[in-house]
Amino acid sequence: MKPIIIDRLSISFGPIRVLHDVSFDVTAGECFGLVGESGSGKSTILRCASMLTDIWDGTVRIGEHDVRKMPVAERCRTVQMVFQDPYGSLHPRHSIRTALDEGLRINGFDDREARLAQAMRDVGLPVEFLDRYPHQLSGGQRQRVAIARALILEPDVLFLDEPTSALDVSVQAEVLNLLVRLQQEKGFTYLMVSHDLAVVDHMCDRFAIMQHGRIVEVLDRDAITGGGATQPYAKQLIDASLEYERAI
Amino acid sequence: MSMTRDIPAPVPRRRMPQSLIAARNIVAFLTRSPTSLFGLVVLALLILVALFAPLIATHDPYAQNLQATLQPPSGTHFFGTDELGRDIFSRLVHGSRITLTIISLVTVVVGPLGLFFGTVAGYFGGKVDTVLMRITDIFLSFPSLILSLAFVAALGPSLNNAIIAIALTAWPPIARLARAETLTFRQADYIAAARLQGASSARIIWKSIVPMCLPSVTIRLTLNMATVILTAAGLGFLGLGAQPPLPEWGAMIATGRRYMIDSWWLVTFPGIAILCVSLAFNLLGDGLRDALDPKQMNKR
Repeated sequence: MKPIIIDRLSISFGPIRVLHDVSFDVTAGECFGLVGESGSGKSTILRCASMLTDIWDGTVRIGEHDVRKMPVAERCRTVQMVFQDPYGSLHPRHSIRTALDEGLRINGFDDREARLAQAMRDVGLPVEFLDRYPHQLSGGQRQRVAIARALILEPDVLFLDEPTSALDVSVQAEVLNLLVRLQQEKGFTYLMVSHDLAVVDHMCDRFAIMQHGRIVEVLDRDAITGGGATQPYAKQLIDASLEYERAI
Repeated sequence: MSMTRDIPAPVPRRRMPQSLIAARNIVAFLTRSPTSLFGLVVLALLILVALFAPLIATHDPYAQNLQATLQPPSGTHFFGTDELGRDIFSRLVHGSRITLTIISLVTVVVGPLGLFFGTVAGYFGGKVDTVLMRITDIFLSFPSLILSLAFVAALGPSLNNAIIAIALTAWPPIARLARAETLTFRQADYIAAARLQGASSARIIWKSIVPMCLPSVTIRLTLNMATVILTAAGLGFLGLGAQPPLPEWGAMIATGRRYMIDSWWLVTFPGIAILCVSLAFNLLGDGLRDALDPKQMNKR
């Protein structure tokens, strides 16, 4: 279990400033949500903190260490990410075995066969699926494979980039429950991006509302139903979301 | 002596290697359409003929017989004889070896070279991309026959120089293609996932990007083969490729040209051979385009 500390993270793509001095802390073992409209910079935070993008300023610390100064191998075994679109996050020509095994090989894990089987069991997939290809799986199964790929390196922190938004509602619940169970079993720290407050309400202990690359407000889960938001934009977003829930 | 025998432990059923399954599926798919089947058959025939050339040929391809020059096709000389009395059928059969050598050497050079330039340029982008693509542009700006001519003129006419010259001009389109393909998925999430797993750039290019580029590059290479054969034949025809007495098909047409009016068989049969093989490669390339669909490849 490791905490995440993000301090004055900012990034510009050309002349456009995408993140403006974003700072927040995630305590160890917590699930922290990032909510906001499209283009508010939620996913960018994850891509910066996982060093997929490295042109940012500020500091991101996971546990004791600055992610910038971590050796690649250590970073891989600390942070993993689950992507939004399970159709795009698995290599179409790699079998599930290859997809999962890659990380083990690169990081020099031993006893790989047992780890592969364990990872499949962890995400509730039959071990025989190892020899399948992504196009032979459904969306929910693919997302389970993507989760297996993330947890097979035994990370402490999982970044979830809208892990359920590309899935059917019934499958969404399955995947969310799986994520909750994995957190209880393995004590992950989650940093989750979502635009669905219902998902955040189900998963997260605290969440931050973002707008135009800034954090508007950091709230507890109770603030969704209890009306604890103080900032006008946060109120508006929560009200709109509740309104929408009632409408359906 | 004891009668008990060790009962062999049941052998775990081996999984068939994925590449074998894929290859089987591709061939099965190709045989289903008549055009690509034609390509496949002609190509198989070419390889068989080249392998067993001495057995198939009825005469020595180099043996001259000045008493039997310019004989029309008959029972002893299936495709007739040329101006020196050499058996055209035997020369065609032996010529298939030369054609196959040209094709395979060019493929071996062009495929990896084009893939390397294209994927590296596409994956890294920026300065690397600029430098590699400008090099590609330089090679691309030469008309292939002219560059081959210049090259052969500088190094002297021979088959090997012709092959090098053709290879030098054939890789840039492959590199362009591989780069374009790489650009479309270098931002894909599975590449990001590979980077998060700690894969080095070389590993990502080799394991994730090359397999994605391979089908289109294979198709392009196959379609290119027709051009390669024609260029080689053209160089042979101009006297810059294979040198006499090598039975190269283009060179055979070149020498037969002088007797074309009276002895049609001198140019017709090598011409048909070139036509068949280039057509076969074109049709095969076309068929491969459908067969290399990933869903098609991995079906069991």
